[in-house]
Amino acid sequence: MLCPVLGAANEGDSRMGNYVKLVVLGIITLFAAIAANWGRDIAYVVHAVIIMLVAGYLFLRTLRQTDEPIKPVATDGYMDDVVRAGVIATTFWGVVGFLVGVVIAFQLAFPALNFEFLQPYGNFGRLRPLHTSAVIFAFGGNALIMSSFYIVQRTCGARLWGGNLSWFVFWGYNLFIVLAATGYLLGATQSKEYAEPEWYVDIWLTIVWVAFLAVYLGTIFKRKEKHIYVANWFLLSFIITVAMLHLVNNLSVPVSIWGSKSVQLFAGVQDAMTQWWYGHNAVGFFLTAGFLGMMYYFVPKQAGRPVYSYKLSIIHFWALIFLYIWAGPHHLHYTALPDWASTLGMVFSIILWMPSWGGMINGLMTLQGAWDKLRTDPIIRMMVISLAFYGMSTFEGPMMSIRAVNSLSHYTDWTIGHVHSGALGWNGMITFSALYFLAPRLWGKEGMYSMSAINWHFWLATIGIILYAASMWVTGIMEGLMWREVDANGFLVNSFADTVSAKFPMLVVRGLGGVLYLTGALIMAWNIFMTIKGGARQKALVGVPTA
Amino acid sequence: MDTYSILREIADSWVLLAMTLFFLGVIVWAFRPGSKSVHADTANIPFRNEVAPGSVETPTSKNTSIKELQS
Repeated sequence: MLCPVLGAANEGDSRMGNYVKLVVLGIITLFAAIAANWGRDIAYVVHAVIIMLVAGYLFLRTLRQTDEPIKPVATDGYMDDVVRAGVIATTFWGVVGFLVGVVIAFQLAFPALNFEFLQPYGNFGRLRPLHTSAVIFAFGGNALIMSSFYIVQRTCGARLWGGNLSWFVFWGYNLFIVLAATGYLLGATQSKEYAEPEWYVDIWLTIVWVAFLAVYLGTIFKRKEKHIYVANWFLLSFIITVAMLHLVNNLSVPVSIWGSKSVQLFAGVQDAMTQWWYGHNAVGFFLTAGFLGMMYYFVPKQAGRPVYSYKLSIIHFWALIFLYIWAGPHHLHYTALPDWASTLGMVFSIILWMPSWGGMINGLMTLQGAWDKLRTDPIIRMMVISLAFYGMSTFEGPMMSIRAVNSLSHYTDWTIGHVHSGALGWNGMITFSALYFLAPRLWGKEGMYSMSAINWHFWLATIGIILYAASMWVTGIMEGLMWREVDANGFLVNSFADTVSAKFPMLVVRGLGGVLYLTGALIMAWNIFMTIKGGARQKALVGVPTA
Repeated sequence: MDTYSILREIADSWVLLAMTLFFLGVIVWAFRPGSKSVHADTANIPFRNEVAPGSVETPTSKNTSIKELQS
């Protein structure tokens, strides 16, 4: 209609845009090259080289496209190719993260696996943050970004806002993962749990996250549906809260612009409180609110019926938002933190039990009238076990936050078991079922390549989690009891090394549980690969490639 | 008074009250008269717009009408 005018304007804009891009990318490449030369530590130098290569590649790519005829940007239908990329990235990082987890589990059982020739890079201390970040941020983060892009389009009836900005989010986020992971191995860390990346990686993530928020909000703003579906509330709260947490917890001053080391703005107990305000809400808003957004979309879809009670989901949302943010201090019982603060954290953690179970019941009851699908549909089965683990770990968590229980459980493997029953059970299983839901739809296939492989995955993962959680309960409580045991004269009975040797059988069982879980994920990766590759295309279940 | 004490006092009085009232308001609002049909419509959003914006029918939801689900 207005094509000639608009087209000309767009063409000019895009050409101008290319010139700006070229200047910016050129400057970044040059700066990174200088940084690679002047860098003061190995992690910084390697990162500078990575950034130089990426920016240089993008510079050449933009250069080659400049003054070429401009491809029309698709504006109708859904933007699903970025979601497809997200499915692949999620699967890939899941396998990597679980593999590193299995390696470090066996390193704990058999310290000789910290091979001398791999020092310091293959040390448990450096692999452990690699594992946590790979599973939480690479696997979980890609799962969240991909499913939020999918969900927000379907529930708004609108294409993703911002054209190729969602591609920037995807690649930018994965660049962040690569920088974080290589940084840990090379020794760059600010020693904050789940927030280890150093200052420049933090800045990069901030830029990517703002773009993520813009794409998400932009899509919501142009929605065709009158109301905003509840899954979007959870996903939006996840994006906004993580932005806030990330900014505050990473306030630091770099020692030099040519080095990775930085110094935290807060010190002492303020720093500890900030860290656990961040750490607990990363669990609350990244691993809970975000994944609940997935749950509120994928469970009703797979069950073929709307969520059990929409009212309950509204109350679930607001209660979770109001309560979670205060629960952080329960990580700092018996520390320099004032008692009132840790009591506050404890009380809120216990109150939090109610909305958590409200949400679990809401998800499970969605299957009311469709329970027979449990027998026939392994994806539904995965969703149910995921919700069951959500319920179990949100019961266990408040219990462990009680000061008296915490005095037994803190610093023991019980905590590790708790975290993994939540992460492997709740986050892992809901992500697997989302991947099984999405893969056939996104690639226009009738269903997953192999249903029995999903069944195998289900059982391997479930038995793996049970081995993991049960062995960690046993070893955790044993450890806690051994540490506090005193003789008649008030001397401690056990040395730390005594508990380490007593833990050995449980550590092996834990490692085996991890092997089962990893095997399940490998089967899933194969199944998804075969689904993408093989089989007849079905007539569009969802809008197949529009862009 | 130092900043900490001022903030603390505001937080544990008026802000606490405001947040509690807001939360209670949300619950009351969720149960307002007439919310039922709105919620039933909103809860069915996932079953629209599946293939393309504005599309109605989806493979999973075609047998279940809103009325049926409400009963």
